[in-house]
Amino acid sequence: MLRLEARAEPSYLMRWCSPLLAAALTLLAGLAIFWLLDKDPLEGLRYFLVHPVKDLYGVSELLLKATPLMLCAIGLAVGFRANVWNIGAEGQFMLGTVGASGVALYFAESDSALILPAMLAAGAAAGALWAAIPALLRTRFNANEILVSLMLVYVAQLFVSWLVFGPWRDPMGFGFPQTAMFHDAALLPVVLEGTRLHLGFPFGLAVLAAGYVFMNRSYPGFRMRVAGEAADAARYAGFSTRRTVWIGLLAGGAAAGVAGMMEVAGPMGQLTDKVGLGYGFAAIIVAFVGRLHAFGILLASLLMALLFIGGEQAQQYMNLPGSISLVFQGLLLFFLLGSDVFIHHRLRVGRAAA
Amino acid sequence: MNPPAPPRLRLAGIRKVYPTVVANDGIALAVEAGEIHAVLGENGAGKSTLMKIIYGAARPSAGEMWWEGERVEVANPAQARALGIGMVFQHFSLFETLTVAENVALALPGKPPLSELARRIEEVSQHYGLPVDPRRHVHALSVGERQRVEIVRCLLQNPKLLIMDEPTSVLTPQAVEKLFDTLRQLAAEGCSILYISHKLDEIQALCHTATVLRGGRVSGHCRPAEETPQSMARLMTGRDLPVCEHGPAAAGGEVRLRLAGLSHASDDPFGTDLKDIHLDVHAGEIVGIAGVSGNGQQELLRAISGEDIIAEKFPVQICGVEAGRLSAGRRRRLGLCFVPEERLGRGTVPSMSLTDNAVLTAARNARLVHAGFVAFGRARRFAAECIARFDVRCGGPQVEAESLSGGNLQKFIVGREMLQAPRVFVCAQPTWGVDVGAAAFIRQAIIDLRNRGCAVLVVSEELDELFEICDRIAVMAQGRLSPARPAAETGVENIGLWMSGLWPGADGSATETGRAAA
Repeated sequence: MLRLEARAEPSYLMRWCSPLLAAALTLLAGLAIFWLLDKDPLEGLRYFLVHPVKDLYGVSELLLKATPLMLCAIGLAVGFRANVWNIGAEGQFMLGTVGASGVALYFAESDSALILPAMLAAGAAAGALWAAIPALLRTRFNANEILVSLMLVYVAQLFVSWLVFGPWRDPMGFGFPQTAMFHDAALLPVVLEGTRLHLGFPFGLAVLAAGYVFMNRSYPGFRMRVAGEAADAARYAGFSTRRTVWIGLLAGGAAAGVAGMMEVAGPMGQLTDKVGLGYGFAAIIVAFVGRLHAFGILLASLLMALLFIGGEQAQQYMNLPGSISLVFQGLLLFFLLGSDVFIHHRLRVGRAAA
Repeated sequence: MNPPAPPRLRLAGIRKVYPTVVANDGIALAVEAGEIHAVLGENGAGKSTLMKIIYGAARPSAGEMWWEGERVEVANPAQARALGIGMVFQHFSLFETLTVAENVALALPGKPPLSELARRIEEVSQHYGLPVDPRRHVHALSVGERQRVEIVRCLLQNPKLLIMDEPTSVLTPQAVEKLFDTLRQLAAEGCSILYISHKLDEIQALCHTATVLRGGRVSGHCRPAEETPQSMARLMTGRDLPVCEHGPAAAGGEVRLRLAGLSHASDDPFGTDLKDIHLDVHAGEIVGIAGVSGNGQQELLRAISGEDIIAEKFPVQICGVEAGRLSAGRRRRLGLCFVPEERLGRGTVPSMSLTDNAVLTAARNARLVHAGFVAFGRARRFAAECIARFDVRCGGPQVEAESLSGGNLQKFIVGREMLQAPRVFVCAQPTWGVDVGAAAFIRQAIIDLRNRGCAVLVVSEELDELFEICDRIAVMAQGRLSPARPAAETGVENIGLWMSGLWPGADGSATETGRAAA
């Protein structure tokens, strides 16, 4: 019989090594999957890990993909640190695309330099608004924010579909479910000539830094950490539980909304019904692999972006199904949680003494 | 002639090394059959570690253990129980929603039928004078009754060695006497008892022999009956027992904390409702609240601190402000500082540094926050000052709260609250589980605070402590509070009687179940 026994003192070093361990195990499992699918495992890994970053363009695409991931993840981490479980960043991301697109379409004639900041603000506000619903229901009626935020993802998807099939459909678009292409003033400038890498990446780094400062230096961030580490201590010190829930959800919603804005004002250039790309869900994994820490999230978002792009490449060149990148994401989270179990517990073989 | 029987338990050269500290070093100890053996020591002296090793909950780094003359290695508590070692913990491990018999069944090997088990529980409890009804639910039991359940649960396995960890901290003086009778009877029947305590008078009354620990080493063996409390304290701390200086209270201070008919239904289904509580605490006096735990003290403290917000404003008045609807943070701003009973997880965040834990409650009063940002430099200096002034033994402001021993953490929390110059200071169990040296220090600090004109409310289960420091004492029983009487005009017996809810003018319902008396 196998048993798990709690360890008295989990190793601090291993806490930080477990994401690396999880990444290594994901690779090994990936090799096995390729082998079982009758593909050359080494070639598979080459497409997954090396091919995507073999030239500057590849690297720029990686950073482009990592941008929405790091944005969503740092926002989620603010809530997760305080045990506020926002699972609906995907929906908040979609609302962000809607808010930003609304500004771009409404001011389609203008070429003011204020369009982009206005889109940014609208995207953040729309994402925050979507996250405010679970916050309100949680603080008012004690409704579980995990369920509410998750279910609102599907509402958001339907809302986006309704917009692009209905009022916002491009009249010149041959009936495709998409808006008109944004004009230049509503598109983020490219920061690296010859690539698609736009201003959103440095902005994302700045948000990561701001997230670090908020969580580790500010007094509201301190109160959030206390609420997450010891709820009774937060109550004893007089920190408001409601405020914790509101800050946690609004930060996640606003950051995901910003990520959505960057997507429509960046590589997409318009709103379509395919705007839900899974960044919001993948960001949950990024936040945990990054240990809810700004620098860890930066590294984890790069790793996750690599899995996204590697999946596409494996699909293109190796004839593998597109869901292969989802499999890799799932493996990564599975191995991370698994490693964490063994950091806090040890496995014992044999019967428990009565 | 037979050679003398080997001791029931013998330890030699026990050593336990944790990454940062040597908790036990070269400990030798022998317990004979039928002997009541005290293990005495300050907090952090290594008593708990040693008991964990004997009970199989921790493995020694070195050393040998003999059980009835045979060398043994105890890998886990189940093996210890199989040898005949039972342990009653300071904090009970009972499921509140289950009956006594069900709780006992969970701890026994195999699956005895409940009716058979109930019969055995009644047998054992009658034999040892430990009345327990196996059919009652644990949540309906008083703390004293719960302790009996724990003891009966151990006795059902016919232990040859019973380890008792600070068993009297939750009992009334009358209940302590009953417990001692049971333990003496057990010893007379041949069971050995290891009795861990820091209450020197109890050890003198009960124990045949004592092993004193200091700093992880044995500092002496003695026969308590031949010692004085002073001489044992010297062995324990290496110095003389400090005595608190306690002058009379300044008269005529204004009312700083007023409870005016406070009633509050507990959110917890197993909690105690507060019923019409009246109390005034004046500037420059210490008022103590005695009582067996579970009679509403926790609920009262939460209603005062603001962790529970009550329905109306007027029943809690802090410095003249009706504060019943104010949050804990707002009440702190009125000058209320509070030391809660739980040090880890409530009084401090275990995984955070002492600097962070200084920010926890002193952020506003000690101005550790500037423009929305934590001023970590100031916070570190505040924590360092607290560590220095309150003699907190630790590695510095950067160490995590959970790395401190109970007594040192308590000194840190008390210091953190006192350095904020409170106008009203409320303290729960100021010295629970704290060694004599630190306890005397904390008591003196509370008296000094009073002398500076602060209004102080202390809730404690230790009557000696209350009589040592308080100007007036009230008793809490079943959610009601007795009138406060000057400490000099009352005595331990009187207060012990009041603990059963029998004070003059007490409402008859307070005596119905006699819960507090158990």
